[in-house]
Amino acid sequence: MAGLATSLGAGAASNSLEQIKDADVLFIFGSNTTEGHPIVSLHVNAAIRNGARIIIGDPRRIDLVKFSDVWLNLRPGSNIALLHGLIHIILRDGLQNDEFIKNRTEGFDELREAVKKYTPQYTQQITGVSVDKLEKAARLYAKAKNAMILYGLGVTEHHTGTENVMAIANLAFTCGHIGRPSTGIMALRGQNNVQGASDMGPAPNVYTGYQYVSKPEVREKFERAWDVKLPTIAGLKSVEMFDRAIEGTFKGLFTMGADTAHTDPNINHIWKAFDALEFFVVCDIFHTHTTRFADVILPGASFAEKDGTFTNGERRVQRVRKAIEPLAGMAEWQVLQELSKRMGFEMNYTHPSEIMDEIASLTPNYGGISYERIEKQGIQWPCPTKDHPGTTTLYELQFNRPSGKALFVAVEHAGSGELPNTEYPYVLITGRRLQHYNNGSMTRRVRGIMELSPEETIEINHADATRLNIAHGEKVRVSSRRGEIYVKAEVTQRSQAGNVFLAFHFEDALTNILTSGVRDPIAGTPEYKACAVRIDKL
Amino acid sequence: MTTAIAQDTITLTINGKTVTAASGKTILQVCRDSGIYVPTLCYDERLEAYGGCRLCLVEVKGQGRPLSSCTTPIREGMEVTTDSDRITRLRKTVLELLLSNHPNDCMLCEKAGACTLQELVYMYGVRYDNYYGEMWNLPKKDDNPFISYDPNKCVLCGRCVNICQNVVMKGTIDMTGRGFYSKPDTAFGKPLTPDICVFCGQCVSACPVGALTEKQARGKGRVGSVERVRTTCTYCGTGCNFYLNVNKGKIVKVTSDYAAPVNKGNLCVKGRFGYDFIQHPDRITKPLIRREGVTDTSPEVLKDPMAVFREAEWDEALDLVASKFMELKNKYGPDSVGGFSSSRCTNEENYLFAKWVRVALNTNNVDNCARV
Amino acid sequence: MSRQISISVCMGTGGLAAGAREVMEMFSVELASAGVETTLHAQKHCDLHRVGCRGFCARDVLVDVSIDGTKTTYEQVTLDRVARIVNEHVVGGQPVEEFAAGVDYHNFEDKQLKVVLSECGLIDPEDIEAYIKVGGYEAAKKVLATLSPQDTIDTIKLSGLRGRGGAGFPTGLKWEFGSKEQASQKYLICNADEGDPGAFMDRSVVEGNPHVVIEGMIIAAYAIGTTKGYVYIRAEYPLAVQRLELALKHARQKGFLGDNIFGRGVKFDIKVKLGAGAFVCGEETALIASIEGNRGMPRSKPPFPAQKGLFGKPTIINNVETLANVTYIIRRGAEWFASLGTEKSKGTKVFALTGKIKNSGLIEVPMGIPLRKVIYGIGGGIEKDRRFKAVQTGGPSGGCIPESLLDTHLDYESLASVGSIMGSGGMVVLDEGDCMVNIAKYFLEFTQAESCGKCTPCRVGTKRLLEILTRITEGKGKANDLVTLEALARDVIDSSLCGLGQTAPNPILSTLKYFRDEYDAHIIDKRCPAGVCKALLTYTIKEDACTGCTMCARVCPVKAITGEKKKTHYIDHGLCIKCNSCYDVCKFNAVDKR
Repeated sequence: MAGLATSLGAGAASNSLEQIKDADVLFIFGSNTTEGHPIVSLHVNAAIRNGARIIIGDPRRIDLVKFSDVWLNLRPGSNIALLHGLIHIILRDGLQNDEFIKNRTEGFDELREAVKKYTPQYTQQITGVSVDKLEKAARLYAKAKNAMILYGLGVTEHHTGTENVMAIANLAFTCGHIGRPSTGIMALRGQNNVQGASDMGPAPNVYTGYQYVSKPEVREKFERAWDVKLPTIAGLKSVEMFDRAIEGTFKGLFTMGADTAHTDPNINHIWKAFDALEFFVVCDIFHTHTTRFADVILPGASFAEKDGTFTNGERRVQRVRKAIEPLAGMAEWQVLQELSKRMGFEMNYTHPSEIMDEIASLTPNYGGISYERIEKQGIQWPCPTKDHPGTTTLYELQFNRPSGKALFVAVEHAGSGELPNTEYPYVLITGRRLQHYNNGSMTRRVRGIMELSPEETIEINHADATRLNIAHGEKVRVSSRRGEIYVKAEVTQRSQAGNVFLAFHFEDALTNILTSGVRDPIAGTPEYKACAVRIDKL
Repeated sequence: MTTAIAQDTITLTINGKTVTAASGKTILQVCRDSGIYVPTLCYDERLEAYGGCRLCLVEVKGQGRPLSSCTTPIREGMEVTTDSDRITRLRKTVLELLLSNHPNDCMLCEKAGACTLQELVYMYGVRYDNYYGEMWNLPKKDDNPFISYDPNKCVLCGRCVNICQNVVMKGTIDMTGRGFYSKPDTAFGKPLTPDICVFCGQCVSACPVGALTEKQARGKGRVGSVERVRTTCTYCGTGCNFYLNVNKGKIVKVTSDYAAPVNKGNLCVKGRFGYDFIQHPDRITKPLIRREGVTDTSPEVLKDPMAVFREAEWDEALDLVASKFMELKNKYGPDSVGGFSSSRCTNEENYLFAKWVRVALNTNNVDNCARV
Repeated sequence: MSRQISISVCMGTGGLAAGAREVMEMFSVELASAGVETTLHAQKHCDLHRVGCRGFCARDVLVDVSIDGTKTTYEQVTLDRVARIVNEHVVGGQPVEEFAAGVDYHNFEDKQLKVVLSECGLIDPEDIEAYIKVGGYEAAKKVLATLSPQDTIDTIKLSGLRGRGGAGFPTGLKWEFGSKEQASQKYLICNADEGDPGAFMDRSVVEGNPHVVIEGMIIAAYAIGTTKGYVYIRAEYPLAVQRLELALKHARQKGFLGDNIFGRGVKFDIKVKLGAGAFVCGEETALIASIEGNRGMPRSKPPFPAQKGLFGKPTIINNVETLANVTYIIRRGAEWFASLGTEKSKGTKVFALTGKIKNSGLIEVPMGIPLRKVIYGIGGGIEKDRRFKAVQTGGPSGGCIPESLLDTHLDYESLASVGSIMGSGGMVVLDEGDCMVNIAKYFLEFTQAESCGKCTPCRVGTKRLLEILTRITEGKGKANDLVTLEALARDVIDSSLCGLGQTAPNPILSTLKYFRDEYDAHIIDKRCPAGVCKALLTYTIKEDACTGCTMCARVCPVKAITGEKKKTHYIDHGLCIKCNSCYDVCKFNAVDKR
């Protein structure tokens, strides 16, 4: 999200899902939409049926490839080279939108210099994508009346994740495919309330609505509202908390609803950190790899047991409604309130709607939102006032940067943080499967889902399987510099030769033992999408 | 501006009433927009009009034959009649023909109360024995975890097939057979398996009768006995809405919210069928405190958590948490403690969590898993 | 200068089935041994060639031998007759009178008016040069060289041509709709999915003269403004498909199809799509669905294919006979065409004449000719000189026309006025031995099985209609069945989605109209007047006629017949299964069924 924030001024999807069906060209990048976001993929299907041309950027032959006009089968970690290669072709052929570039952007000259070296041949060398495909994709995207980019975690979960996003933004700006319906950049968010959680400011440097802790007038507003003196400097990012725990300077942590000990990369490091904590409180609905480190486990309430709101990937704030009583008697908002009281800070909300009213009063983007207004349809922020209808398309008139203009950022190809070598010759890409969700604590407890998808398997190309003499369904050892797991092999054409694929939904096949601790230095996002592994026949 | 509107709108009369509507709409859409009831079985707003059930027939002046209103675009000056003796007779005949090959066991049917056929038969007052002859006696198919298919109840509206082919674009099912023996099925009647089916249950959501139903929900409560709570899905960031169906405090089913802004009643396997976890016996329902002297944090803990933790009342647990954080804050300073929240929690909880860290712990050491 | 000798062998499907290939080879052998030089296709002094269907398939193999323009037609030529024809006629110059076609052939041939079939049976369908020689592709050349698309449409409009697929929609008007649509792509489809049981009109045209259809398509494509055409033809027509593919190949080689037709910069080509034999795929929108690769199911009109057809683009669909007519209209003029037929139905119509008729086969007659002339003139009357009962026109969805209406004219309006339809040209003659309830049941059996299942009235309605008819023929009919039958038939017509359901009950309504007494006999008297409905029959042996030959007792499979030699036999009705064996075997007409 930091990438979009730098380039556009806000870390959120620029357009609405409903607009996907009317796009002429869809560039789907690093998103296996069919499995990761099945309902978004239905919008993509509608576009296909309306005649949209489809460009896929993905190392795997995902389902959507069969409906695509071009499949850019790039090597993991070569996103920037690919995008700048496309921009190179567009500029070479004069297909850029000069008017948009002139009136609505800054930094174009630097970008023009930066993409000079990404000739089609050079780009092919880095990405493995043929010149023909690059030429075709560049022309399709540039010549479209309305082209939209959908990107997923295949873009952000790299150590150059932020820069990858900036490169995507560069492409959209070059052709002026933003600021109108059915154009723009749609980030497909992983978890249900990623957007909302980001908006709500449980973050070391910002309060709600990305208001900086460091700005005195902002801080004073919150101090007045909360009737307390607030710390002036930014806090620690989660990774920093974990590192300091191991160092011994960070002592107590409260985790609410996250299974970090399962889902973070290089989890051995996380386990060490949790072990080192003096006091660790975990709030969850099930026992997880994280709860086993806890000193106190507080029972959480599932989404069916409480009122509240989620904000989806298109910035739509929608209601969550209580269908049954909390199994443990209290929902998290009540638990936090009780805890706060015990620590001397009164909170007296009688219903989550009152919390939303407080959020609205402190957060310009959410200013017009109330339970009453979102009862039927939900509202897409920015919605600054009670009579504002919400915003389906961002940046129609200006971008959210101080100059009002979008910024080209001249990023450079840097590759993955960990590259394969003779000892660890395969690139492991991790991701999700249709039937499961995240750490699997919920979906593994759905009987029918376990009938359909009972265990983890590693996707391996036919050619590699033949070389390793591994048969379909055979159990293999997968190891990286950090550890090993045992899973069955799924011999397939889906993963290209040299790449293997694992999801991370199972407790007994902890994929994140393998993944590397390399992170995007800007956003702190781990590089889930590429680490070096070896596969051994047992 | 006014001329532009004039070009795009069409004036017609429906049942003698003048109606103005945007060109490109069908007679049925205009009727619905104007609050004129026209019965349908095969119409689904998510799908291209099918025109198969023939219940939406209307008379258009100048056309000898009644037209299906769902497929007929409006034209300037059209004179439409949605209800006449002839139309009513034809609708009754269609319903009687459907009933002549239908089990008519509404009392046992999962869909009773929410069944369009049942409703129409009631409204038009038709009987099931006006036509008689061969009736299907086909085996029910539910050799998969989620979808139960009783072809004998199928009215061949084609919605399941159309949604699978044209919305999901999976093509798991299609119409098979010919004539009286046509029915939706998989190729060669194979059972639904992950190879051919994504188990999104769109077919179930499209079925207007009791032919396709949620297998897990069978016998657990029909529309009359459940409370339906509209909410937002907890899986992934798309933001689909649906109804949780609650019967006596138990979540028994998820059903589509066709008015949902993002998903229009469409759902995926997780959203539609992934609710078992909510009231799963594994749920932690009481606060747990680590037993004195037990230090094990290994994966073994998951095998028997109660060997490591003991149950406690809320007061005890909350007092302990509060006092422990106060103690650490006082001893090591506010920056030695912090909080980590999750994208799975609501906005209100995330807000409150951040507020709690900033207010009660007095630190900005708060983060969330959005970057992960 | 030697004499010009031409020998043409009918090698349509009928001819081939009768052994035309072998006959052809035998001619080759005999001609060689008689010392007559022959070369296929070469314009030497003796030309032996294949031709398409001649229509009178009952008398195949038909062979024409013509010497210096004097033609003799031989019928039912078998291998053993070839030598005499070669020796006596080809070499000796004396036609072999005893093998020559007789009066039936001439009745059949001479009373027709052949336009669409005019070159079928004359030219070699596998030789594009043969077609060019008779003026082929001149019409298309003329259109592209001298007429604008609108002129072309106007010409067809002026001719009064109406669609020969069944509905009779004016072809010129249809083209005009197509030409006015603005779209990135339009399509032309030739519907050769002849699905009516017993119909082989389009098949014979494609087999006998494929180029005339291709030429018609070029003209149509130019008029509409499309570059892509399809011929949708059933896979069950292998010879037609093969000859069509060959003709397309030759036309491409000649530059009559492709990117620059006749060098005039016009682009058009044709793909062949095979249908899998679903009757409903003859319906335009189902046909489109089938070409698109979907299940052949129709959709509601409007929007019509001319607006939204194949792949959502404007599409004009014409049937084979319509397109063949187009070629001749351009070749011989709209006025000429308009001079044929009646005021509203112009030109000729091809029919497949079958049933209880003496001369059955493919015929072409001017529109407006009275039915009687067809049946008693061309058809030569009823087989075995039995009594005519009805003629069923229009295929399985047509109606039955009784004797009292035999002077009805064969045109769209007249047929509709008596409750039948032109259809694509099926004509089945029924005699006194046909039970009209059973006939209605027969056609319903076909249409209900061919229903695609999409709409309720057709899927369930035709099934229930059939069941009521079945009950009547089984003697289980009830007094109010006819009321139900008629009401349901009308509702199915009114509410069905496509032409199949909208016409399927026609045989019921027309038989109810003209032969209600037969229904009543089945229901009230439990009797089948024609002696067809087994369940209603009782077999008895007439004492006065039985000679006691014992044949009936011997053939009876259930030993229901007893009797001593030379004494009257008896049938035990409790055992009799009504298999009709005794009736068939009795030489003395002593078995009575009623």
